[in-house]
Amino acid sequence: MTRFTAAARTAVTHRLFWPAAVLAVLVLGNVAFTPNFLHIEVRNGHLYGSLIDILRLGAPLVVVSLGMTVVIATRGIDLSVGSTIAISGALACLVISDSGDQNSVGGVLVAVGLALALSLVLGLWNGFLVAGIGIQPIIATLILMVGGRGIAQLITDGQIITINSDPYELIGGGYLATFPFSVLVAVVMIALTAFLARRTALGVLIEATGGNAEASRLAGIRARGIMVMVYLFCGLCAGIAGLMISSNVHSADGNNAGLWYELDAILAVVIGGTSLGGGRFSLGGTVLGALIIQALSTTVYTVGIPPETTMLFKAVVVTVVCLIQSPAFRAKVFGRRPRPTPTTPAEPAKIEVPA
Amino acid sequence: MLRKSTTVLLAAVIAVGALAGCSKKEPGGGSANDGKITLGFSQVGAESGWRTANTKSIQEAATAAGIDLKFSDAQQKQENQIQAIRSFIAQKVDVIAFSPVVESGWDAVLNEAKEAKIPVILTDRAIDSPDTSLYQTFLGSDFIKEGTLAGEWLAKQYEGKNDPVNIVELQGTTGSAPANDRKKGFGDVISKDPKFKIIASQTGDFTRAKGKEVMEAFLKAHQDIDVLFAHNDDMGLGAIEAIEAAGKKPGVDIKIITIDAVHDGMQALADGKINFIAECSPLLGPQLMELVKKVKAGESVEKRIVTNETTFTQDKAKAVLPERKY
Repeated sequence: MTRFTAAARTAVTHRLFWPAAVLAVLVLGNVAFTPNFLHIEVRNGHLYGSLIDILRLGAPLVVVSLGMTVVIATRGIDLSVGSTIAISGALACLVISDSGDQNSVGGVLVAVGLALALSLVLGLWNGFLVAGIGIQPIIATLILMVGGRGIAQLITDGQIITINSDPYELIGGGYLATFPFSVLVAVVMIALTAFLARRTALGVLIEATGGNAEASRLAGIRARGIMVMVYLFCGLCAGIAGLMISSNVHSADGNNAGLWYELDAILAVVIGGTSLGGGRFSLGGTVLGALIIQALSTTVYTVGIPPETTMLFKAVVVTVVCLIQSPAFRAKVFGRRPRPTPTTPAEPAKIEVPA
Repeated sequence: MLRKSTTVLLAAVIAVGALAGCSKKEPGGGSANDGKITLGFSQVGAESGWRTANTKSIQEAATAAGIDLKFSDAQQKQENQIQAIRSFIAQKVDVIAFSPVVESGWDAVLNEAKEAKIPVILTDRAIDSPDTSLYQTFLGSDFIKEGTLAGEWLAKQYEGKNDPVNIVELQGTTGSAPANDRKKGFGDVISKDPKFKIIASQTGDFTRAKGKEVMEAFLKAHQDIDVLFAHNDDMGLGAIEAIEAAGKKPGVDIKIITIDAVHDGMQALADGKINFIAECSPLLGPQLMELVKKVKAGESVEKRIVTNETTFTQDKAKAVLPERKY
């Protein structure tokens, strides 16, 4: 019995407990309205169900949020991800629509390669402005956020480019062995990021840079290089998400693709428990945060919340999520302070209530 | 020193350029110029394929009608548009036409035009000023009528049947005029018959991606959807993909009605994936030029003129698709 309560206490104080609990509540809440919400079947040769939708539609956000997490860990921010999404999708669709055979795998690979290369260039541009020139990240990336929409529209010539390419459709709308391909891509990206951040020294270097750039420079860390690298990575993530989003609807929409995605990504990072003040970051938390945001959208559609009140509903849920995660708030309301465990020391309150 | 001289040089170049720009505009701007009518037109921007087609139609119609068109793109900013109208007034154009970026805040600049005795025509979008003497006429689509046409077609399809018809609706951007009006027009028609029931209605922000996402959720929450009404083609196109992924046949298992008739939508209609489209035409150029001539000649025109629009069934779409401009 005592062992059980001890285990429960460890679970509750784990930093991923609250995001996971919120996600579980959202999903279970849906079951109350839609009894078959958890139902998953194979239809048309692929998995079909609301949970699959959440994973599939959440995949681009998960990928973008991974990039955003490491940027935020260096005490930066990247507002340009939405525009990069639009540019990447636009370029890929343009290249494919210009090629003679839209279904040729080679042509699609070229298009994907070009789009990702351009995303890296955009990430490099952000990194150069932030680390090279020393412009504050919010301003430096705002430039591309505004200008990038223009670039995307320039690429699409203000039109929606529609394509009919089966290999390209696989990326965001297709299935591999009944499983959504975009989810597999997201899983690979999560694994890759987690490996680089937690199995190499990179994660520590990023946290050090975010904690105190000057001190880490004096300690021999090349903070500038790290910062350029995280913006590069964030650009790449946004580029991948751009491919997924445009592939899902077989078209590139320079105006609307990835619109307000930067805000969703930042929110996902914050819900996941990473501080906007830089330093420590949680990849697992970010993934949960992104899934919470997507689950929230799916909930709005399935439960049938009127569009006029959707924003308010989301705002209330997000506020509750942020408050419930704050140790200071919990202590005030429930009257006791959660004991910090040795592995996860409680973070300062200001870190956990950014909303 | 070097930097300073460069700056001066740069400033000089800019100044000369600006002067040259002004002087170039002068002769064309005079209304006494060989009897040709000069029209100043300020466009919203180039935010969609619809808008691009709209711009092209106006430019081509002006050339065809022999009207000297001064075109200005506001890039979706009201201040740009006000600036453009002021410069049209300064250039003494014969007629000013514009698609207002937003509804409010036009009284001051339109009063200036009125004082300069330059008639103003609104296209595509209205303004909310109570003073209707500020403009001669408003030429544009009737969004309520588009919704009504969609509803009437549906009512006709199910005439004489008594089984309940479950409808899901994909709305446009919440609060926008086309979304509000199309919803109202459609709702007013179908509410006359109790067998029609809107079982779910959400916004798809006029985009394919959102249309698909929302439709996917609808399909899981409701097993018995008979009809989809989407406020534009793009959301309908997204929804078609969701319906196909669910193993159903769009246009057969679920009847689809949309509004706009852009090229991709017409293609889907011809392919049998959409059942009916009420047109919202951007090709108002010829009508506009006719109005410009009338207004210039001092003839009186109606305060509200609806764009020439039609509706498309699958057979009609197949017939007109080859020569569709947008």
